[in-house]
Amino acid sequence: MLTFIAKRLVQSILVMLTVGLIAFSLFRYVGDPINNMVGQDTSLEERVELKEKLGLNDGFLLQFGRFAVNAAQGNFGFSYQHRRPVSDLIAERLPATLELSLVSAFLAMAIGIPMGVYTAIRRNSWLSHSFMTLSLVGISLPTFLIGILLILLFGVVLRWLPTFGRGDVVQLGWWSTGLLTASGLKSLIMPAITLALFQMTLIMRLVRSEMLEVMRTDFVKFARARGLAERYVNFVVALKNTMVPVITITGLQLGSIIAFAIITESVFQWPGMGLLFIQAVGNVDIPIMAAYLVLIAFFFVVINLIVDMLYVVVDPRLRVDSAGGH
Amino acid sequence: MADVTAQNTQKSWLARAADSDLWYSFCRSPVTIVSAILTVLFFVSAIFANWIAPHNPFDLASISIMDASLPPAWMEGSDPRFWLGTDDQGRDIFSTIIFGARISLFVGFASVIFSMILGISLGLISGYVGGRLDAFIMRVADIQLSFPAILIALLIDGVARGVLPRAMHQDLVFYVLIFAIGISGWVQYARTVRGSTLVEKNKEYVQAARVIGIGPLIILWRHILPNVMGPVLVIATIHLAIAVITEATLSFLGVGVPPTTPSLGTLIRIGNDFLFSGEWWITIFPGIALVLLVLAINLLGDWLRDALNPKLR
Repeated sequence: MLTFIAKRLVQSILVMLTVGLIAFSLFRYVGDPINNMVGQDTSLEERVELKEKLGLNDGFLLQFGRFAVNAAQGNFGFSYQHRRPVSDLIAERLPATLELSLVSAFLAMAIGIPMGVYTAIRRNSWLSHSFMTLSLVGISLPTFLIGILLILLFGVVLRWLPTFGRGDVVQLGWWSTGLLTASGLKSLIMPAITLALFQMTLIMRLVRSEMLEVMRTDFVKFARARGLAERYVNFVVALKNTMVPVITITGLQLGSIIAFAIITESVFQWPGMGLLFIQAVGNVDIPIMAAYLVLIAFFFVVINLIVDMLYVVVDPRLRVDSAGGH
Repeated sequence: MADVTAQNTQKSWLARAADSDLWYSFCRSPVTIVSAILTVLFFVSAIFANWIAPHNPFDLASISIMDASLPPAWMEGSDPRFWLGTDDQGRDIFSTIIFGARISLFVGFASVIFSMILGISLGLISGYVGGRLDAFIMRVADIQLSFPAILIALLIDGVARGVLPRAMHQDLVFYVLIFAIGISGWVQYARTVRGSTLVEKNKEYVQAARVIGIGPLIILWRHILPNVMGPVLVIATIHLAIAVITEATLSFLGVGVPPTTPSLGTLIRIGNDFLFSGEWWITIFPGIALVLLVLAINLLGDWLRDALNPKLR
């Protein structure tokens, strides 16, 4: 088990180094960093001097090393566009994105898993069929369109919910939360549903197909033959054995929820990292792009690691295998 | 003489198609037939947009600001010339949808072909050569797969904006977009092709080809490739839907195709600004068109996957 995790850890570090390298190349070679820092009237000598002072004449490895050390401390320099440290900008917007993503992930699981179980158990009921049809529509609806439709219905026609922003936020130390105010919660509803819908259909379909597979196995038939209650068989014996792929996909999807938040945030003008990033892409604000890239990669790597460790918890075979000296 | 043979082979090809399981399962699924008709309609209207669209929305002489923001035909204050209404510049929505779908499909198609060529080549090489090259390619694929395609496409687009001068980026925007969407989707192809190649390369016909001295490139192209194409076609169909969505998303976010040659995504983005002033048709109709297109392609892909894979029945 330890070797398994150690292997994953090495792989994660490799991924981070690769992403760091890409981010660094962006930083260093896309556009001229000096040009982006100084005004038009800076003389050539001053530019040369600044270049020397910033260490841009040093060797590649030295520069990359410096970048990596800075990045590890959360220092990504100044945004070209906002003229403020990137780390400050990101710290301000991180809570908004994380709150939105986590609430969406929770929604997706809380609704997707029961729907999947239901469609697997009552395969031929009309409700299952309509769930399946809906899920296909859900997959074909682009995220931004779901958002627009929700805005049109609940924001413009019915005027029930706010259509942009986070509402009032409460400051808890450096973390700003919208979960404690009524307007914050109201603002969260539409973005969270928008973001959750796609993952929900994915989870539902996954749980359904896994359940169908597991229900055919001998141990489930055996549990039923032993006279265990139907509910126990379905929800404990069968559902538990579908959890490995479900955990993997959900875990990995958490990463893509954070990434897809870019779209949702853009539709609802949600003041999170995604909105910051998309504005940075439009304005070629490289430091923000580089920082976002590294941060997202870091999230992905950490989530992957946690998922791998959960495997070991959920699937005893992995534990036995490594104990047996494989 | 040559014509007769060509006709004969075509006839037998048609007869074979009519006899096949694929055709049989196609005829038995009404949903598939409807989605096939829809897809064909989209393709035909995209190809012949100049003749089918009632107006040319990009001909500045033919549009008039007097016609701006007219509602669709069944609402009050509409104009029978524009049955889906007009946008803020007086362009016919129905025509802009046809032209927009053309651009969406063009970018989607080109990206899929680019992904396919890249993925199939890397998959074939990876599976056939094996060893370190295989390990390297598959590791890169693993890493890329753990990031969502939209993020990779966004990033490549962002980098292209930084690297290329502004004027040049305007000219190259379609290539950048196709490259960005294409490169974000090659992994699926590479993995599938690699898997099939690993199986095929040990079969006797490949060994026989090797024994009689055929070079590896020709073996890959003429012997292995035709045998791994089945699953690739399924992936390509579903990937087309994903590519169209990705393009629409990028355009919606404002980093895709420019407003001068709008795709469906750009149209939705433009219309989104008018949602609050009650002119919902500017954004909703392109949205419906996009959903219909993607849903039809997805349903076709689902059917193709089930039909080609008897195990799932």
